[in-house]
Amino acid sequence: MRIAFFADIHANQEAFEVCLQDAQARGHDHKVVLGDIIGYGPDPLWCTQTVMALQQEGALVLRGNHDAALKEGTDQMNEAARSALDWTHHQLSDTEKNYLTSLPLQHRDEERLYVHANAWAPALWDYINGPREAERSMRLTDARLTFCGHTHVPKLYFMTSQRPAAEFTPLAGKPVPLSPLRHYLIVVGSVGQPRDAVSAAAWGLYDTVKRDYVQYRVTYDIETTAKKIRAAHLPERLAKRLFVGG
Amino acid sequence: MESHRLVAGRVIDGFTLEELVHTGGMAALWRVTKAGDTRPMLMKVPFLGEGDDPSAIVGFEIEHMILPRLTGPHVPACLAVGDFAVLPYLVMEHLSAPSLDARARLAPIAPEDVIWLGAKIATALQDIHRQHVIHFDVKPANIIIREEGPAVLIDYGLARHDELPDLLAEESDLPIGTSAYMAPEQVLGNRTDPRSDIFSLGAVLYELTTGQLPFGNPTSRAGMRQRLYHEPKPPRALLEWVPPWLQEIILKCLAVDPDYRYQTAGQLAHALRHPDQVVLTERAERIKSPGFVKRVKSWWQSHNQVPTPSVRIMDRLDRAPIVMTALDFSDEQAEAMTVAVRKMVARLLATDQQARLVCLTILKTSLVKLDEALDQGGRNIYLKRLVALKEWARDLDLSEEMVSFHVIEAVDPAQAILDYAKFNQVDHIVMGARGHSTLRRYLGSVSSRIVSEASCSVTVVRLPQSGETREAENDHHVDFSGDATD
Repeated sequence: MRIAFFADIHANQEAFEVCLQDAQARGHDHKVVLGDIIGYGPDPLWCTQTVMALQQEGALVLRGNHDAALKEGTDQMNEAARSALDWTHHQLSDTEKNYLTSLPLQHRDEERLYVHANAWAPALWDYINGPREAERSMRLTDARLTFCGHTHVPKLYFMTSQRPAAEFTPLAGKPVPLSPLRHYLIVVGSVGQPRDAVSAAAWGLYDTVKRDYVQYRVTYDIETTAKKIRAAHLPERLAKRLFVGG
Repeated sequence: MESHRLVAGRVIDGFTLEELVHTGGMAALWRVTKAGDTRPMLMKVPFLGEGDDPSAIVGFEIEHMILPRLTGPHVPACLAVGDFAVLPYLVMEHLSAPSLDARARLAPIAPEDVIWLGAKIATALQDIHRQHVIHFDVKPANIIIREEGPAVLIDYGLARHDELPDLLAEESDLPIGTSAYMAPEQVLGNRTDPRSDIFSLGAVLYELTTGQLPFGNPTSRAGMRQRLYHEPKPPRALLEWVPPWLQEIILKCLAVDPDYRYQTAGQLAHALRHPDQVVLTERAERIKSPGFVKRVKSWWQSHNQVPTPSVRIMDRLDRAPIVMTALDFSDEQAEAMTVAVRKMVARLLATDQQARLVCLTILKTSLVKLDEALDQGGRNIYLKRLVALKEWARDLDLSEEMVSFHVIEAVDPAQAILDYAKFNQVDHIVMGARGHSTLRRYLGSVSSRIVSEASCSVTVVRLPQSGETREAENDHHVDFSGDATD
């Protein structure tokens, strides 16, 4: 089975569209959306409705902190994120808001765990910023493979039970074979707001038969997204960062 | 897993186990056969019991990951890969020749044989580096020379692929490698530099040349660290007949700071194939051990405290290319071209600081006339060309070790340039091309053949056109006379 992962879409229609097209062209059997469908970007309605339609077709969709914040509030968030969420509130009807805020936090599928932020406390949204946090997460789940998002920086952490975790940055389009003897935590990069100094949208593909993971990067029309952000009077920083992937 | 139940006659995924060839600490090697396939094959099966620490077979995991991605004559062909969840194994080409280990035991061997072997191994190393892999365990036991000629590097259990996770990364504060051959940075736990393999090859060359190991065979970490502070005994201190150029090459490979080694295995191969072009420094003549020297200076300090930023293998190779220029001094127009070519070469060298420049000119010989070695004035044409090459390069103001000069006699200049580039693993050819003309299109030009057939990048330099008639005359001149390479 080939599983396509999309994380941190963040209401970026142009980025999400090209990722879905790329995934379609490359072929896959199942889709997993790893949360943060909205926030930051100018197209929360389109992105939410698209995700809802994908779920109708069998996709698995999880809740991220921005999705949850529609109900839980934005206390923990920075200024830009907060103002984008305030704006987002007015773009969505109760149907979409209820949908986003009631999504599951995590999902277990055979040896795989899907979660937005981490395995130790999915609802607290702590970040996995390095091997130590990755190891903590891996040790607190019996799933051998964890797929998550949240940091917007694609990473692959790996460890055996007797050793500390090590880190690797997957290269776009280069399949990484996953050893059956190790635990892995894979941070799928962000569709709608990459932060690894690459502006192209990211998505990931895991092949359960070949046991390899590939991260893909797709360029998209950032100009259009940025124009929409400015037209919506969202913070300028949210437009600018898309061009530099930061 | 079930590796302990392997017995002769058992069939695994179509492969019949014939004979247990070798049992090591990590894996068993079986000679296997397969119906309809006559190639000699080996199956490597790791030992892994229930509950064993998987890191015990990390070497097999790494090989399982890397070997299938490698191709070409310098690696054992990977023929099948077993499913890890059922029975992990690798089936690879069975190389019948013995490893260099036997040869190393007979060392010292003659310098001609050392460079013959060394150039082959360096060529193999350059090939696997180009495929994004650092071997990290270059030693005689892991080198086999094929009957057809090329050297093969075997055993990728400690290797690292530039585009894949390093499964040994989490242990990187430990020295991982074979003590006698390991580079200083490897001793310090650095697994990012392809030039570590060049150091190890230097240790192999030292062993073949002298019959001794440059740093002994220490077993403690402190013992291994000795190579950070102590120069190895110069080979000439052990055997006075070792040629200075060979000592120069070996000691350059064994420099403690990777920046002072050959920057690519391709550059090392070139040095081994052209001993006459090796620039001799003080160390070439050294006949006694300099004793305790500050081998390390600031290098060790900085590398021991700050992790070296990881540079991708390909970036390293790209930074130290072998650039070759083929020059034509046959007539005046050709000489005008050499000036344009020099400008292009200067531009290339300005961006690649560690590049090595190979200057080549072809003396076109005729099979019929054998007395062309002397020109009409009785001067030796070969020497004249060599002087012209050196004169040409003077304006580039390159240090001696960055440039070499070669005058080659050939009946077919294009073929000679192509062969030379391939054999010496040239990364980039720069040459001039004359304008187009009907006659040239019909006959084909040297440069167009190089462009279409070379396996590396080719930059073709052209001069502004000055008229079709004149071009045609010159074409005629070039194609039917002289030693032009166009």
